This record gives sequence, C-alpha cells and structure tokens, in this order.
Amino acid sequence: MKGLLRDIYNNVLEFVRTFGAFQLFFLRIIRHSPRIVLRRPGLVIKQIHNTGALSLVIIMVCGFFVGGVLGLQGYSNLARFNAEDSVGTVVALALIKELGPVITALLFAGRAGTALSSEIGLMKATDQLSAMEMMAVNPVRRVLVPRFLGGVVAMPLLVAIFTCTGLFGAHVVAVDLLSVDVGAFWQQMQLSVDIKDIREGVLKSFVFGIVASLLAVWEGYNAIPTAEGVGRATTRTVVITAISVLILDFMITAVML
Amino acid sequence: MVDYSENLIEIRDLMYSRGARVIFKDMNLTIKRGEVTALMGPSGTGKTTLLRLITRQLIPQQGAIFVNGVDIASLNQRDLYSLRQRFGMLFQNGALLTDINVFENVAFPLREHTKLSNRLIRHVVLTKLHAVGLRGAADMMPAELSGGMARRVALARAMVMDPDILIYDEPFVGLDPISMGVIVRLVRRMNDALGITSIIVSHDVAEVSTVADRSYLISDGKVAASGSPDELSAAKSELVRQFMHGMADGPVAFHFEAPDYAEQLLGRDSE
Ligand SMILES: Nc1ncnc2c1ncn2[C@@H]1O[C@H](COP(=O)(O)OP(=O)(O)O)[C@@H](O)[C@H]1O
Ligand SMILES: [Mg+2]
Repeated sequence: MKGLLRDIYNNVLEFVRTFGAFQLFFLRIIRHSPRIVLRRPGLVIKQIHNTGALSLVIIMVCGFFVGGVLGLQGYSNLARFNAEDSVGTVVALALIKELGPVITALLFAGRAGTALSSEIGLMKATDQLSAMEMMAVNPVRRVLVPRFLGGVVAMPLLVAIFTCTGLFGAHVVAVDLLSVDVGAFWQQMQLSVDIKDIREGVLKSFVFGIVASLLAVWEGYNAIPTAEGVGRATTRTVVITAISVLILDFMITAVML
Repeated sequence: MVDYSENLIEIRDLMYSRGARVIFKDMNLTIKRGEVTALMGPSGTGKTTLLRLITRQLIPQQGAIFVNGVDIASLNQRDLYSLRQRFGMLFQNGALLTDINVFENVAFPLREHTKLSNRLIRHVVLTKLHAVGLRGAADMMPAELSGGMARRVALARAMVMDPDILIYDEPFVGLDPISMGVIVRLVRRMNDALGITSIIVSHDVAEVSTVADRSYLISDGKVAASGSPDELSAAKSELVRQFMHGMADGPVAFHFEAPDYAEQLLGRDSE
C-alpha cells in the first residue's frame, strides 16, 4: 500500500517536473523566435517548405477520401429525412470545424512530426548539436526555432488544403455519383456556413500547429542520444501529439460553443 | 598567484560524476600557452568528458576550471560564446552537419559569425580544405565520406575561424599512415607558426610522442603521470610503463569493473 502511494507520488512529481520543463522550453523557443524571423527568414522558409512538402501528398489524398466518405454517409443519412440537398452543408461544417484541423494534425504528427523528432534526435546523437555549441552557435535558435516556426506556419496551410480537397471529394461523390443538384450543394453550403465556423477551424489549426511542432522538436531535443532512444522519441511524438490534439480539440470546441 | 600569461588552462580540484560513477576526483592539470599537450589514458577514463568540461559543455560538481585566468563557471552565455569562438574543436566522430555538403560545413562558422563576402568565404574554405587534402571533396555530402575523411573535414572546420586553442578528440583514429603523417605535421606547424595551443586526446602513444610537448596520463579520475614524451617512456612507475608499452597486466585493469569471473560463470542465477 505504502509502495503504491509512493509510486503514485513519484509519477505525479515526474509529470509536474516534465510539464514545467516543457513550458520553459516553449518560452525559450518563443523568446528566440522574433530574432530568427527578422534576421534569418531564409531558415524558416526552408523549413516551411520541408514540412509542407513532406505532408502535402498525404494530406491531399486523405482529404479527398475523408470528404468522399462524408459525402456518402451524409447523403445516405440525410436521405432518410429527404434532405439530401443539405449534404454540402453537413460535409463543409464537419470539415471546417472538426475533421480538417484534427485529421491534418494527426497526419502531420505521423509524417512531419516524426521526421522532425528523428532528425533532431540524430543530430544530438551524432554530436552535431554539441558541435554547434562549440562553434558558438545556439542549437535551440539555429535548429529548433526554424523547425518549430516552419511547422506552425505549415499547419494552417495544410488544413486549408485538406479542407478544400475534402470538399472536392464530397462534390465528386454527391454531385457526380449520387446526382445531388450542384446548385443546391454549393448554395446550401454558402447559406449555412458562418464566418464563426471558419474562425473556429482557423483557431484550431493554429493551436494544433503550435502543439504538434513543439512536441516534435521537444521530443527530438530530449531524445536519449542513441539509435534506440531516437526511435522511442519518434514514437512518443506521434502518441503524445495525438492525445494532446484530441483533448485540446474537445476543450476548444466546448469553449467556442 | 598563478602566472596566467603562461598557463592558458588551469584545472583545480575538479570533481565530476555521472550518477553514482565518479569520473574525476581531485584532478589538477595545467595546459601551457603555445604548447601541444596530450591527454592520454585508457578508453573510458573520461578524456572526452574532460574536454567537454574544459569547454563548459558539462559543469563540474566541484572545483574550478580557469581559461586565461577566468573561472568559466562564472561566464554568462554571451561571454561563453565569445570564448568558444576562440576554441576550435574536433569531435571524436567529426560531428559534421549531415544536411549540408563539405564546403558548407567548413563555411558554417564563417556564415554564422562573419559578414564576409561569398568570394572571400570561398577562398578561406578552399584554403583550409586544401590543407587537409580534401579540396576535391568540397561538393560531397558528409554521408559519402569515410571516417578518416570526415575527421579531416572536421579539422578544416575547426581551423576555419583561426582559433587560439585547438582541441582534438582522438584525431588519429581511422587515418591511413599517409594522412596521419600529414595531420601530425599540420598540428605541429599550426602550433609553431600560428602560436596555437593544442590539446590532443589520444591513446596512440607513438604518434603522440612525435607531436606533443607535454603529456598527461589520466587514470582513475586523476593525473597519474605527466611530463615530456621521453620522460614518460623512461618512467619507472608500473602504471606508466604498462600504458606506454601496451601491456595487458598491470595496475590499469583491462577489464571494466565486474564481479569475479569464475563466480559469475559457475554461480547460479541470483534470482
Ligand atoms: N552520456 C553519458 N551518460 C552516462 N555515462 C557516460 C556518458 N558519456 C560517457 N559516460 C561514461 O563516462 C565515462 C568516460 O567516458 P568518455 O569521456 O567518453 O571516455 P574516453 O573518452 O576517455 O574514452 C565512461 O565510463 C562512460 O561510460
Ligand atoms: Mg573519448
């Protein structure tokens, strides 16, 4: 019994300690960000390109099929109420408010997040970060900040692309295959999607971008500098990002309601 | 008072441990300006760790390290970084940045710290690459280099800012005899011509003897012996003789700390 309590105590302590360190890390990244943006924008642009290009194909393919399946499900469910014409609205709201940001963040974690963690972890394991330290170059500023900012900028763009290909997928299914009236599809959507809905999606995509990028560079930077340690850090990136994104999604939705 | 003009680096009563394992205890060591100093010792004694302490990549639990008479523990980040710009360090495995090519690796410190024109950078980088015999490899990526080549590129990178102090961690490992000779002469020449202070970590007794002015033999967390290479090879101490002449038996255990061999082989599992 006593052992159990002690275990719980130690785990809670460890959690609080890690969470505190994570927040300090976040502040450190933020503190160095303006300087990098102003003085070395090239570094950030290169990383936007890297992370964005890495995820682009997978985002578009997944977006298309998620939109398509929403079109199918929406059509068959709405048909029970003779409301097939609203399928555009249903799909658009689902994509813009929820599935666009959430699924993009999950795919981002799996594709770009893991790549970031393993790259940074390997740089640590092969003394590249120490070598920078020795060349009087701060690796947090030179390596982590541009990668973090790249992810933060890339995420909203990827969400927008995901949402658009999703709408296109839904259009193909509903209008081309199930012959919903094309005018009704788009007009209903236009009438019922509010700027407030879009704001919710944009807010989420920014929050998820910060969280997913921060977790990826954090896990890489704190990886145990061995092959096994880097592998484990990569896995943790996906798992922790997925959990954080889903919890935050719930919280943001609840607040915005 | 210590004469700082002569002693570039002073290590006093250093204590450093990793977890329960004490790596240095009451270690005292001096590195003189303008000399080539060799740090020798069996692998795993903490030579790399000592270099990281000297450059404050690690911080000792006790004791102090002075560079130019300044306690490096007292430096803030800005001062530390300006001190490090005067150091050039060659890491054990090169530690080249893997996402840029050889040329950009050597140019990296210049691009980060100076506003030199591309033309000038090109000139400096090619000169340094030429000195290590790898001007022809400028466009290759680090992954395409052999271990010895990577270390030579790393040497070019360490020299590119014209440092006052060059630190080499195991520079001779994996070099063929020809590049070894070239590198040894290069180390010596930079010392004599440019007045650079060099610290070489190595267990290659023969090579070190040809280049070092002074050697420290580190064992069991302390300086076990010091002196010129000749003094060390002539030394009577059993430990020094064992190391200098490569004998398996002697005061330095070849085996890492372990339970008794026979007992472990014959004994049942302790579960
Ligand atoms: N990151 C680390 N974590 C724990 N122990 C380490 C670490 N790095 C080195 N050590 C230990 O410190 C000791 C000294 O290592 P090192 O300085 O690399 O030795 P050397 O360079 O003399 O071969 C070794 O016993 C090693 O096991
Ligand atoms: Mg070593």
